[in-house]
Parts: sequence; C-alpha cells; structure tokens
Amino acid sequence: MKSLTELEEIRKKTLAEIDVRKAGNSTRVVVGMATCGIAAGARPVLTAFLKEVNKRGLSDVAVSQTGCIGVCRLEPMVEITLPGSEKVTYVKVTPEMAGKIVAEHIVNGKPVTEYTIGYFEENS
Amino acid sequence: MRDISLHILDIAENALRAGASLIEIDVTIDDGQDLLQVRVQDNGCGMSGEMMQKVRDPFTTSRETRHVGLGIPLLCAGCERTGRGVSISSAKGRGTSLTAEYAFSHIDRPPIGDIAETLFALTAMNPGVDFVLTAKRNGTFVFDTREVKQTLQGVPVTSPEVSAFLNGYLKEGTEQVFGGSNI
Repeated sequence: MKSLTELEEIRKKTLAEIDVRKAGNSTRVVVGMATCGIAAGARPVLTAFLKEVNKRGLSDVAVSQTGCIGVCRLEPMVEITLPGSEKVTYVKVTPEMAGKIVAEHIVNGKPVTEYTIGYFEENS
Repeated sequence: MRDISLHILDIAENALRAGASLIEIDVTIDDGQDLLQVRVQDNGCGMSGEMMQKVRDPFTTSRETRHVGLGIPLLCAGCERTGRGVSISSAKGRGTSLTAEYAFSHIDRPPIGDIAETLFALTAMNPGVDFVLTAKRNGTFVFDTREVKQTLQGVPVTSPEVSAFLNGYLKEGTEQVFGGSNI
C-alpha cells in the first residue's frame, strides 16, 4: 500500500532539479474541459499528455484546462502555445495522438499540421 | 457522459469556474441503503436565487460561447432514471454544494468510472486549488492535496515524480475502498 510518507523521499530527490525552471517561459497545453469536451473524451486525452510530458521529463510544460471553446463538434480540443509562438489548435484529439504532438510540436517545435483545426476544416 | 466519474469532473469544472480555492468531493456507496451518493462542495462565488431556479434547465448557461448548458441536466436525468435525484444548495458569495444520488443496484445506474483519474486530472491541471476526496464503502480513503502540499514543501504537485506517485496512490486507494474500479 502506497503511503504519503513516500512523498518525502520524492521531495528530496526533486528539490535539486527545481531551480533550473524559469517562470513565465513555459509551453502551455490547454485542454477543453467543458461538458462537451469531457463527454467527447477529454480526460483520457489530458492524462495521455500528462504521461507523455512526465515520461520525457519536460518540466517547463504547463498543462491546464479551459471551458467551452465554442466548436463543440470538434472536441476534444487541445491548444498548444510555445513560448514566443502563435497558439495552435488541435481538434478531435485522441490519447494516441498525444505522443506524436508532444514529440513533434513541443519537443521539436513543428506543429502536426494534419491534426490542426485549419487542416481539418479544409479537408472534411 | 459515460460514467459518474466524468460527471464529477464536469461539476468540479463548474466549481473552478466559480473561482473556488477548495473543492471537496465525497463519493459514498452505502450497500445497506442501496445508495450511491456524490457530493461536490466548493467555496466559490455561489449562485444567486435566480440562477438556482433555472440551473437545471438545459437552455441556461453562464458561458458566452453558446446558449446551452447540459452538465447539470444530464446529471439530474441520470440520477432520476434510478429513482433518486440531485439537490443543490448555494448562496451568492458562500459557495455551492451539490449532492447527486443514485439507487446503487438500479439497472440504469451509470458505472462509477475512474474516480482516481478524475482527481488526478483536477490536481494536475490546478496546482493552485485544493481538492479533498473522501471515498467510502469498505472503509474510507481520504486524499487531501493540502496534506500533499505540506509534505512537499514547495516542490510542485505537477513535477513528474510527484505526478506519477499521486496517480498510483489515488488508483490504489479508490480501488481498495470500492472493491475494484469496474462497478
């Protein structure tokens, strides 16, 4: 059985790494979490992003939620903003897509065009 | 909405929109009374009497991007299908408390779903807000982010190792109390 006392060990290990993080200079991943998003499957998408980000140890990525973006039929939607770049909106996101988006967009700085709202609206 | 844990996430999102800094979630299964009760209580901005009157109406919403709000109507419909219902109490400036009840053994009761993942998602997305989960059935499991943050002393709850630990901790705790996640 896990116990919160294990957190104390994790705290000591993590403390050393924290100083390198710069506030205000981080990548933002925002998942639509209104009723429409949740019903369309936003929660597993969110946890897939968290797991991918944690696995790669990307400590300068902040994952958060927003309400209804207004295009409920395209949920689950994820908005990604790299420092100094325009926001990119991904639509009908699945947990399987999270790995590719994190690797290509967040790590390598190249948005996955075929998952974006612009591409989707033009080709459907 | 596929299961109860998603409804809880949805109601908690309402509480976050209301500016809550503390959200308490109780999930209780009382086999003796054949009752599954969910209570979500927040210290957010609360609702006016006028809003309370129409909060169950699907054509009511506080958002501006569209004109329908289905979260609470869907929750009510799900509870009422089992012969129970939802009660809400709120006062402007004093927060909101919502209680949803299902007849536990009713054929139309939705599955409970992954309560652990709902809490994990809320904690990871909102490091500045505190959440307390109290799960009761075979014993009690309490998860309180205030306690977690006190232990961490400034190490963020969102850091990878902490996040992975909390995910496992929540899963183990809820599964033990509820007797599996597939109920």
